[in-house]
Amino acid sequence: MTDTLVVSTRRRSWAGWKFVGPFMAVFALVFLAPIGYSIYLSLYRNRLIGGNSFVGIDNYTQAIQDDQFWSGFGRVALFLVVQVPIMLILALVVALAIDSGRLYGKAFFRVTIFLPYAVPAVVATFMWGFMYSNQFGLVGNINEAFGITLPEPLSANLALASIGNIVTWEFVGYNMLIFYSALRVVPASLYESAEIDGAGAFRIITAIKLPAIRGALVIATIFSVIGSFQLFNEPAIMRPLARNVLTTDYTPNMYAYSLSFAGQQYNYAATVAIIMGVITMVIAYVVQLRGTREN
Amino acid sequence: MSRFIKVAAAATAAMLALAACGGGGDTSTDTPAAKGSEADVTAALAKGGSLTVWAWDGTVKDVAAGFQKKYPNVKINLVSALSGDKHYTALQNAVAAGSGGPDVAQVEYFAVLQFALSKALANLSGYGADSLKSEFTPGPWAAVTPNGGVYGLPLDSGPMAMFYNKEVFDKNGITVPTTWAEYVEAARKLHTANPKAYLTGDTGDAGFTTSMIWQAGGKPYQVSGNDVTINFADPGAAKYATTWQPMITEKLVASIPPWTDEWFKALGDGTIASLVTGAWMPGNLASGAKAAAGKWRVAPMPQWEAGGKATAENGGSSLGVMDKSANKALAYAFVKYAAAEEGKDLRIKAGAFPSTTKDLNSPEFLATEFPYFGGQKANEILAQSAKDVVSGWSYLPFQVYANSVFNDSAGKAYVSATPLTDSLKAWGEQSAKYGKEQGFTVK
Amino acid sequence: MTTTVQSPRRPRDAAPVRRKPYRRGNRRSLTLTLLTGVVAIYSLVPLFWLVVNATKTPEGLLGSFGLWFDDGKFALFDNIAQTFTYDDGAFVRWLGNTVMYVVVGAGGATMLATLAGYGLAKFNFVGKRAVFATVIGAVAVPGTALAVPTFLMFSKMGLTNTPWSVIIPSLVSPFGLYLMWTFSAQAIPDEMLEAARMDGAGEFRTFLRISVPLLGPGIVTVLLFTMVATWNNYFLPLIMLKDPAWYPLTIGLNAWNDQAQTVGGQAVFNLVITGSLLTILPLLAAFLLLQRYWQSGLTAGSVKE
Repeated sequence: MTDTLVVSTRRRSWAGWKFVGPFMAVFALVFLAPIGYSIYLSLYRNRLIGGNSFVGIDNYTQAIQDDQFWSGFGRVALFLVVQVPIMLILALVVALAIDSGRLYGKAFFRVTIFLPYAVPAVVATFMWGFMYSNQFGLVGNINEAFGITLPEPLSANLALASIGNIVTWEFVGYNMLIFYSALRVVPASLYESAEIDGAGAFRIITAIKLPAIRGALVIATIFSVIGSFQLFNEPAIMRPLARNVLTTDYTPNMYAYSLSFAGQQYNYAATVAIIMGVITMVIAYVVQLRGTREN
Repeated sequence: MSRFIKVAAAATAAMLALAACGGGGDTSTDTPAAKGSEADVTAALAKGGSLTVWAWDGTVKDVAAGFQKKYPNVKINLVSALSGDKHYTALQNAVAAGSGGPDVAQVEYFAVLQFALSKALANLSGYGADSLKSEFTPGPWAAVTPNGGVYGLPLDSGPMAMFYNKEVFDKNGITVPTTWAEYVEAARKLHTANPKAYLTGDTGDAGFTTSMIWQAGGKPYQVSGNDVTINFADPGAAKYATTWQPMITEKLVASIPPWTDEWFKALGDGTIASLVTGAWMPGNLASGAKAAAGKWRVAPMPQWEAGGKATAENGGSSLGVMDKSANKALAYAFVKYAAAEEGKDLRIKAGAFPSTTKDLNSPEFLATEFPYFGGQKANEILAQSAKDVVSGWSYLPFQVYANSVFNDSAGKAYVSATPLTDSLKAWGEQSAKYGKEQGFTVK
Repeated sequence: MTTTVQSPRRPRDAAPVRRKPYRRGNRRSLTLTLLTGVVAIYSLVPLFWLVVNATKTPEGLLGSFGLWFDDGKFALFDNIAQTFTYDDGAFVRWLGNTVMYVVVGAGGATMLATLAGYGLAKFNFVGKRAVFATVIGAVAVPGTALAVPTFLMFSKMGLTNTPWSVIIPSLVSPFGLYLMWTFSAQAIPDEMLEAARMDGAGEFRTFLRISVPLLGPGIVTVLLFTMVATWNNYFLPLIMLKDPAWYPLTIGLNAWNDQAQTVGGQAVFNLVITGSLLTILPLLAAFLLLQRYWQSGLTAGSVKE
């Protein structure tokens, strides 16, 4: 053990690039180049009559005044502040329950609650879509069996919540696992001193466990925030079941998709996507700052 | 500069350079006829080669097999496409990218104008296509010949008729309606007698709506070159909106999304008692709603005026040659085979509803008995419908887009208190906005 | 009556940072178990629906109660057989495609993420901060923003409608990078690397001989998560692929679902359901069998700030 050498044990050289290089090369191709191309596209406009022309920031001014964009944005923002806390709190509670050691068969719970993550969005949406049907699906069966009329899950008022349910179902296990893994590495010594102090279960959770896994909470929140803003798969796959409610501009991502592929308006779609990307990054950054600054 | 930034900059620069090279093409209103002649077609057949065909219609498989048997030195690669929106998206993407598209593509009638205008489809008159005019019924032929060129040959057609569940009608004492006023009345009667049954299903469908307005004599879309007028206050559109409104307000239509398994079940067990749609429906009924085999019948489309004979087309597609195809003459040979030669007979045998006048008038065709309809000679009604199609209808040069956003605006009538007239107007406005953005002069 | 003072270290622990699970006595709570059970039932109900309905014939699907079997008709094996043979064995082709995309895509992504994570954790180099910031920042960009430009780019390069258009984008996993970075930082002591360097071993050799074995659980974790992502990949293949011969299972199932909308088309909903069940089984099996690895991998790689 050389303690006389004060040289950093990490090589400061280009060696690091040999390892990081391959990843970054593909990354540049599939992320950076398309982003660059997107920015380029957003400055132009290609029309059926008239062709391609440079329009500067016209697309951006149009987007800022675009009701369809902002209503979709409002929707995912609402989704964010409701679904993400519900899902994360549920995941946290389950993780705490499993970690508490007071469950029978905790391995069973760990696995079963995680399983939905392995199901593709297409299949998940298909399953829930059928169950939501109030004619022949589960909702309909219940209506018939009990003679009641449950509200329609895919009506205008409930559609967003129904989609929130699917997303929660898909990801609660994944988040639960992240929290649980973080809980597993909390040093036992902390618990022992707490018990000596006579702390009750609830106090242990608030004073020891939660602060210890703060990092995992922040990361899970950030990924969920980003996921919410990018909401696309579930409403898009479910569209055929409720076209009048799940409009083509239901979420900003769906709007960008419809602009690109139905309207062939690639330029405007790129603009919408860039604006969403910037907003998402800002909010994710804010969450990260707040999350790591507290205490 | 860090190496990373250099790499990223280089990649971005390369992409920008490629993008600049590609560029979007400008469009003029008519495409010159594909350079070539009938002689080219014969030559191409002699030479042989291979073709890629994008078509979702199941009968095209038989056509491809027949064609390859007749011309062994031609290979057909038939790609059974995702249907509907996704098919057009893929076509548009291929055109935008300049490559990756097929030689031959199935294009529904409402979409032909859009693809012709964007020069995605080749003008086939140079190959002698215009001489085939007399073989096809007027509706489909008009659809494939915008702006004086020929942009495809009709495959099938969809003259409308009313398909209804006779057992349900009889059980509830409903007489077959002959006018729309009677239809709405019948809807009320059925739903009152059996709250679980509906005369028909409707969750907002662009094709159905435009066809109804078409039958009512409406002309909401007027297209002349790059000038487009969109007007849903037009008398025919207004007539449709006011007549159909009670169906929605009084909940006389089943709100089951079409083409889902629920929908087929509803057709099979009598929850949905009738459909007013195109002549291509029998095949789908037979395969999807087997439970009701023998219980359904066909009747003429209800009329706006008592004793009238007007109908409209709903759906149906053509087969066109892509302008970027490397072998247009050979592609045209296939299209002609499928639409006007032996291929057509193969398709009719497989269940397609023809668009050729000769077949529509042929005695055997008219005498076909449909087991699903209890042995009824349904083709008599369907063929007559083809003859009664109202003339003068036009779709938008961007109908594919307009239809894709139908439910965003017009759909509001089905889920809120917005009346159909207002929501159709909103649809018109949304379509107009898009048209203006695309450079059309829209009024 | 025995009281254990210290819970025995379970022999299958592999990660060096595993702490002993804290045992707060043996008070198991039935209430808590039942409440957690509710969540478990919630997770399982749709899967149960899938299994039950895969046993039904098309007519039975529409006629029977959604959550229980169709009396008297157990068509699971028929459905499975039909799924595999329908349309000249399209399902088998799609299964093969998916396996290929997963092996090449997830395998490649794991390799790249492992290399890069290791590089970020163990080396200092110019631009390191920029790398991390860019990668995490890129995750925030909506996938649809990238889809069309990537599509246009790829078509100019002639890659669309080929397997590469699906594989190349799946080679980049920012989550994998992040995981391998934290895992490498914890699992590989700097001293070991220094010792190897002083012995004259090259960087790459050191990596292969010393670091990779230590990174085992992390690699398996990233592999499993990228496998899930590529197996379930939907949006990108949807726009990149036109030829059904190259579809992965997700797009293929979607195409079958759409199929009834065609003239003379066959409604094959029972095959869609059975196909969906078959599609999720391999992943579920992989997760169940490889539990010990990914659980320790996630634990060790968990974030501590």
